[in-house]
Amino acid sequence: MSPTFHDEQLLSPAETLALIDALAARLHASPPPRSLPWEEWVVIGIRRGGARVAERLWERLCQRLGQKIPIGFLDITFYRDDLDTIGPNPVVGATDLQMEIDDRQVILVDDVLYTGRTIRAAMNALFDYGRPESVDLLVLVDRGGRQLPIQPHHVGLVIQPAEGEFIKLLDSGEKMHVVRRRLQE
Amino acid sequence: MENRSVLIQGGRVLDPAHGRDETADLLVVDGVIQAVGRLEAPAHCTVVQADGLVLAPGLVDMHVHLREPGHEYKEDIASGCRAAAAGGVTAMAAMPNTQPVTDDPSVVGYILERAKSTGLVRVFPIGAITKGLKGEMLTEMGLLLRAGCVAFSDDGRPVTDSGVMRRALEYARMFGALLIQHAEDLSLVGNGCMHEGVVASRLGLPGIPSAAESVLVDRDLRLVALTGSRYHVAHLSSGDAMRAVAQARAQQLPVSCEVTPHHFSLTDEAVLGYDTDAKMSPPLRSQADRAALLEGLAQGIITVIATDHAPHDEENKRVEFCCAANGVIGLETLLPVSLELVRDGVMSLSDCIAAMSCNPARLLGIPHGTLGVGQAADMVLFDPEETWTVDARQLRSKSKNTCFHGRRVKGRVKQTWVAGRSVYRDGHD
Amino acid sequence: MRSAGTLWTRKHLLGMEGLSREEIGALLDTAVSLREVNRRDIKKVPTLRGKTVINLFYENSTRTRTSFELAGKRMSADVVNMSVASSSVKKGETLLDTLANLQAMNPDVVVIRHPESGVLEFLARHLDAALVNAGDGRHEHPTQALLDLLTIQDQLPLLGQSRFAGLVVAICGDVLHSRVARSNAIGLQTLGAEVRFVGPATLMPSQAAEAFGATVYHRLEEGLAGAQVVMMLRLQNERMNSSYLPSVREYAEFWGLNRARLRQAAPNAIVMHPGPINRGVEIASDVADDPERSVILEQVANGLAVRMAALYLLCGAGVRR
Repeated sequence: MSPTFHDEQLLSPAETLALIDALAARLHASPPPRSLPWEEWVVIGIRRGGARVAERLWERLCQRLGQKIPIGFLDITFYRDDLDTIGPNPVVGATDLQMEIDDRQVILVDDVLYTGRTIRAAMNALFDYGRPESVDLLVLVDRGGRQLPIQPHHVGLVIQPAEGEFIKLLDSGEKMHVVRRRLQE
Repeated sequence: MENRSVLIQGGRVLDPAHGRDETADLLVVDGVIQAVGRLEAPAHCTVVQADGLVLAPGLVDMHVHLREPGHEYKEDIASGCRAAAAGGVTAMAAMPNTQPVTDDPSVVGYILERAKSTGLVRVFPIGAITKGLKGEMLTEMGLLLRAGCVAFSDDGRPVTDSGVMRRALEYARMFGALLIQHAEDLSLVGNGCMHEGVVASRLGLPGIPSAAESVLVDRDLRLVALTGSRYHVAHLSSGDAMRAVAQARAQQLPVSCEVTPHHFSLTDEAVLGYDTDAKMSPPLRSQADRAALLEGLAQGIITVIATDHAPHDEENKRVEFCCAANGVIGLETLLPVSLELVRDGVMSLSDCIAAMSCNPARLLGIPHGTLGVGQAADMVLFDPEETWTVDARQLRSKSKNTCFHGRRVKGRVKQTWVAGRSVYRDGHD
Repeated sequence: MRSAGTLWTRKHLLGMEGLSREEIGALLDTAVSLREVNRRDIKKVPTLRGKTVINLFYENSTRTRTSFELAGKRMSADVVNMSVASSSVKKGETLLDTLANLQAMNPDVVVIRHPESGVLEFLARHLDAALVNAGDGRHEHPTQALLDLLTIQDQLPLLGQSRFAGLVVAICGDVLHSRVARSNAIGLQTLGAEVRFVGPATLMPSQAAEAFGATVYHRLEEGLAGAQVVMMLRLQNERMNSSYLPSVREYAEFWGLNRARLRQAAPNAIVMHPGPINRGVEIASDVADDPERSVILEQVANGLAVRMAALYLLCGAGVRR
């Protein structure tokens, strides 16, 4: 029996898109210090939720820049450290990095930042493809609860969920939105 | 001293040899059946209440491997006899593929001596047809018969050479002896290790076609027609061979055959999962073959049920399927599995018991398998209604290679007597 | 959410027999994801770090063993190879003893190839480690079938198919002795393809139609007619010195695949072979080397990915046991 759960909307589809657009605007307006020229930037989304956020962010960023910068996607399934506790995931998405990442400035994008393990795995994966000049982390929501020394550079929303609550980006079709999820017995 | 007078009271006395099937009392005095009818217990007589139970002649199993001499780690005469007694078997014919082979009167003497000193039930040696079971030189059949052999067989292997088989039949005929053939054309067997068919194809195991048996039976029947000798097919497994035997019997040839409980109750599907306890020679065959065997039993073409009790130690069974030894044990499951034939309407209880008592006794020429007055009191008392589950670990045989482990069966031996002496009592051994 | 618990719960990979369509799908999907790893500069992921895989081969097979070895290593598992000469294997007790000894080293997966059918079922009853069948006798060779399925799946659009259902696959040659044919037939049937067995009567399993749902052809031309996938089997040399076949010459003449015969098949039919190839016997060189038709090298590449997927799923499946 799979457990049932209750979702409460945290960000509506419109609010979610607006938040991503705001992040793009902020990134464009104040790029990180010592950053490379835009030509050297790469946006990389972590599958699955981060990929949707990255796509939207990249679209908006390219609009503002008036030029196309590369985008890629990373599947970190094979880099996770929890095979022994959650078992294998046979629904693995493909990593899609068409560009060189050596000496580039990477904007690593995820939807919800929690323990930091996903980011740890993503960085391991990333470095199997090359050696970027720098990696910035951008997340839509930071919900705290870190178990590793990882901090995002760019955050859309910081919240503190209650005990037993999870923050989820749902992306059914075009209607990407964020919910608080509470498991029910 | 044991009281040698026993009165078995109120059981269903079933004696196919004499056409008796009635509720009656049976009195044994000094190991001999004294009277059957409505009887009063004489003084100093043990009385056994048998209400609701069947009293039948002790079963005669004409195909058993007792492994002694030579392979006592698998079974010996003492342990084989204990298993027999628990299965209601009071007489058995021991196949000669021992080490040394029973191809010499001295081995016959050894077996009879061991049986007398350690055995609970009667053991009748079967002598080899050819020396060393090699299929080449005939054994001293005359001397072997005089020493106590009741039939001849190279069981485990066929007599493949047609010329040798012809001479063996001719020679045995002078003594009126029965030749028992393990009918398999070895060139058709090849490296096969189960019945050739859908299951073997799925499992990727080399198969043995049913024709391997019928080809040799067909040949032998021609030789029987030529020589007029008594011929018996051991462990018949295929429909074609059954029909060949039926035809020969219709032509009044002195031909008989036996079937094992595993061949009439199981098919090659028992091998699924590579269960080495379902590996035997000849192999478990198709559903169509099994149906033909049941038909043969129903029609009275197959007149004998025998176990081919073939004990093998775990080391020879707990291996890859292809490497596993052939054979299963059967003494302790013979009766209940055979009673399924009665339950399923294949044959009457009387015919079923006859196939395990007077019929084989007659073929072997031994004075057993009946409850006639004046006969040695070899008897089995069983509850035809009691159901139980076969548990290999509970069996008395030294080896545990049964293909019936876990089977729910009906019919349980309550007590067994040999010459009036109780050799097994349910829960008291 | 779909998770391993619902898609892959098996402890062992013993054969294609019994694998559901969903389980085959899970394995192929995982393999597809892992193919990407094999195309990188750094062809390694840390997934199975700390896991131990033992390759126990009772038959010589450099290809399959290397494929499993590389699969394990690319997933960061520790891989140990053990080859046991067939001649020293006489008794099953030796096999059980060998495995018991290996088990004492607590491996996560033992990959076994053995010349006798059913050995893995036997071992699985007596041992704890997860077992992968790398070929047992003439019974099964599931990773070969899975890599073949993956190769076919890649080609489906070119074959004008969206799914396996209705696909016509001709498996040709020594079907009797072929675990590749058995595993493929079972897997293809599970996915809904139409399977044909084509080969001489002496090299055909008994009651093949009933056992495998395959249509049996003895003439290659008939068996190939309209086939979209032509899977050639290797003819073992030892078959020649027995009563199965009179000669290589006769076999090549009647059952060898050449360009003319391939024209009987569907216009875009692909040609497969599990290797190693007997050139000029079961397949002509120009057909085997034709990049338009032959997918033999794709099979090899997919073999690696499929074996990585198998190790990955089996190493993690223990969690939910």
